[in-house]
Amino acid sequence: MTISHFGAVLLFSFFTSIIFGITQRSDPRMMIRFGAFCFALFVGGTIAGSWLMWLIKH
Amino acid sequence: MTSNVQAPARAAGKTTTMPAAMILLAGWLVPGAGHFLLRKWIRGSLIFISIVAMFGIGLALKGKIYSPNTAELLDMLNFAGNLGTGLLYVIARVFDLGQASVQVATADYGTKFIVVAGLLNIISAVDAHSLATGRKAS
Repeated sequence: MTISHFGAVLLFSFFTSIIFGITQRSDPRMMIRFGAFCFALFVGGTIAGSWLMWLIKH
Repeated sequence: MTSNVQAPARAAGKTTTMPAAMILLAGWLVPGAGHFLLRKWIRGSLIFISIVAMFGIGLALKGKIYSPNTAELLDMLNFAGNLGTGLLYVIARVFDLGQASVQVATADYGTKFIVVAGLLNIISAVDAHSLATGRKAS
């Protein structure tokens, strides 16, 4: 199996956010909200970190 | 003066007659089993799918399965993470799945997927335990 870096980020963020949402909140609606928040933070943080590394290099 | 700090946490009470330790153990051995025992089917299913998928993706990416060792601290920590997957780890060792060493760049991702799957499974098992004891409301 081959996978792109971004594909790995998406898969990792997706499954991890599901577990975080279920375990860190009690109300189902809040679970979904927290899971979505974690997913956005994972993916957004990775993209921001990638651009930061690009800026440092150039 | 008395303190009521713990009162909200205990307000929910026990949700099952089963021993909480058994739910913790079941949740560790089989991802989501702790929640299944508490009849939380959707949560249990989502946990099972997520953990097994992460473990499977890790193996498909040629991730490394750590064995008991005393060589390096990071190896020991990764082994502890692998152990978190419970029976999945046993199955991987019995059927010789995973790589003995990381050989391609993406295999490092696979290794991390497997370790994190174990750590997330431990979090899920503790969550089921908290639900069983009433420390977590629902």
